[in-house]
Amino acid sequence: MEHVAQNPWVALAYLVAGVCFILALRGLSHPTTSVRGNRLGMAGMLIAVVTTLATHDLANMVEIGGAILIGAVIGLVAARRIAMTAMPQLVAAFHSLVGLAAVLVAAAAFLNPLAFDIAELVTPMIGEPFAAIHPASRVEMILGIAIGAITFSGSVIAFLKLNGNMGGKPILLPARHWINLAVLLAMLFYGASFYWSQGPGDFWIVTALAFALGFLLIIPIGGADMPVVVSMLNSYSGWAAAAMGFTLHNTAMIITGALVGASGAILSYIMCRAMNRSFVSVIAGGFGAVADAGSAQAIDRPWKRGSADDAAFLMQQAEQVIIVPGYGMAVAQAQHALREMADLLKAQGVRVKYAIHPVAGRMPGHMNVLLAEANVPYEEVFELEDINAEFAQTDVAFVIGANDVTNPSAKTDKSSPIYGMPVLDVEKAKTVLFIKRSMGGVGYAGVDNELFYRDNTMMLLADAKKMVEEIVKALGH
Amino acid sequence: MDFISILSIFVLACFVGYYVVWSVTPALHTPLMAVTNAISSVIIVGALIAAAAAGSPGSKWLGLGAVVLASINIFGGFAVTARMLAMYQKKGR
Repeated sequence: MEHVAQNPWVALAYLVAGVCFILALRGLSHPTTSVRGNRLGMAGMLIAVVTTLATHDLANMVEIGGAILIGAVIGLVAARRIAMTAMPQLVAAFHSLVGLAAVLVAAAAFLNPLAFDIAELVTPMIGEPFAAIHPASRVEMILGIAIGAITFSGSVIAFLKLNGNMGGKPILLPARHWINLAVLLAMLFYGASFYWSQGPGDFWIVTALAFALGFLLIIPIGGADMPVVVSMLNSYSGWAAAAMGFTLHNTAMIITGALVGASGAILSYIMCRAMNRSFVSVIAGGFGAVADAGSAQAIDRPWKRGSADDAAFLMQQAEQVIIVPGYGMAVAQAQHALREMADLLKAQGVRVKYAIHPVAGRMPGHMNVLLAEANVPYEEVFELEDINAEFAQTDVAFVIGANDVTNPSAKTDKSSPIYGMPVLDVEKAKTVLFIKRSMGGVGYAGVDNELFYRDNTMMLLADAKKMVEEIVKALGH
Repeated sequence: MDFISILSIFVLACFVGYYVVWSVTPALHTPLMAVTNAISSVIIVGALIAAAAAGSPGSKWLGLGAVVLASINIFGGFAVTARMLAMYQKKGR
């Protein structure tokens, strides 16, 4: 078994698996090629698993088969049952599993290093022979378990926040930066100690500290920053897989780890850019902690209220309507009613487009999936930079469940917490229809929206789904 | 394989990842996260090695636990990605 890794066919098989994974992501460049990409991903996984099983002495085939079966049933049921609105929670939960699996694999490798071919059996002059783990493997192993543990506990917190089991408000411990620094330094100390001694005590202390660090890193981050957190944890799960790939000298794992790590990092970057916030400030946390400042005097300003009939009339007369969906649409489950409304408008000769802000929703691309679920054609959905110039030539901008991403003060008011954030220029449309539950609430950033008080804005105060259904009724006759 | 060859593969794969991920259309960012989730469960390879090896019962059970977790992710991740991508396909008609 020791020289299995040297067999060129085995290494080649893992390389093919890695290439399949690259092509899987490559397929996502367009919806038409994406399904094939996903199948290539599955093929890559099958190659990796079969190669591993074929090249190792299988002492426990029945147990392994059972374990795969249990996982398959749980995974398939979860994938089938999950509502598209709950996708961010599911992804966070999956991240936590990758993290925990990495922890278990690293721990298993530590307990039985000879099976992983990362140790020499040393027979000392006195005492029992023991397995001395290669120094490089010690580093990789401790990195793998630390990143895995951080991914796990961080993802569990992200899951609880996204799922509503835990409040979205940031939890700010006093001196939290110092606590985090102290934990990190302690991890480095015990990690170094493990490198010299290969002591189990050091190994488990680093693991425990990493679990604590993941927890401490995510609790101060508010609900509005969750898209960044989910992407960041995605990245971490990749780095954990890469670290284990180094331990096992496995190309499939290293390639995948690098791909996933890069993917999460790029998505975090895109999300941060869309909020005009630095990655460091998101990680430092606390955003959204100071709500309702200044909203008291804002309520007194004049604003216009419209009805479903007004909205239906305005849109029927329009040449082009741009719909701006946000997380509120997902919460109200209004996407199907919305598509029905768009169909009626299109039947009456109105051009309908959708404008999506990168941070609309709770994870990257969340709105697109919800619209796709409601059968909105892919060609009608546009990203911020592709559609922003069109608002000036648009008759009606229909804002449903979005708020901060439409706030014009992000462009003008230097004192606003969202100043500099790229926003959709909805106020340039002839009329803005803004669906909102009530005038009292503010967006996740805790700022009042200048848009409500514009002359060309008509507020539609109701539950998003109910309002859209009423508009559909009004359009019907 | 020596450390430098592995490191070379890793660094080059980071570059490949960088360019491939930027080419992903923003509309498919959620499926991207779901599928990266599934493929990062390739750590099942490590889990299988631990679970298959005789010798250390502790290591075996940890390995089996990891096989269960990684399988949830692999099956769940690919299935949910397929489900989402199917929604995008209907528009083709």
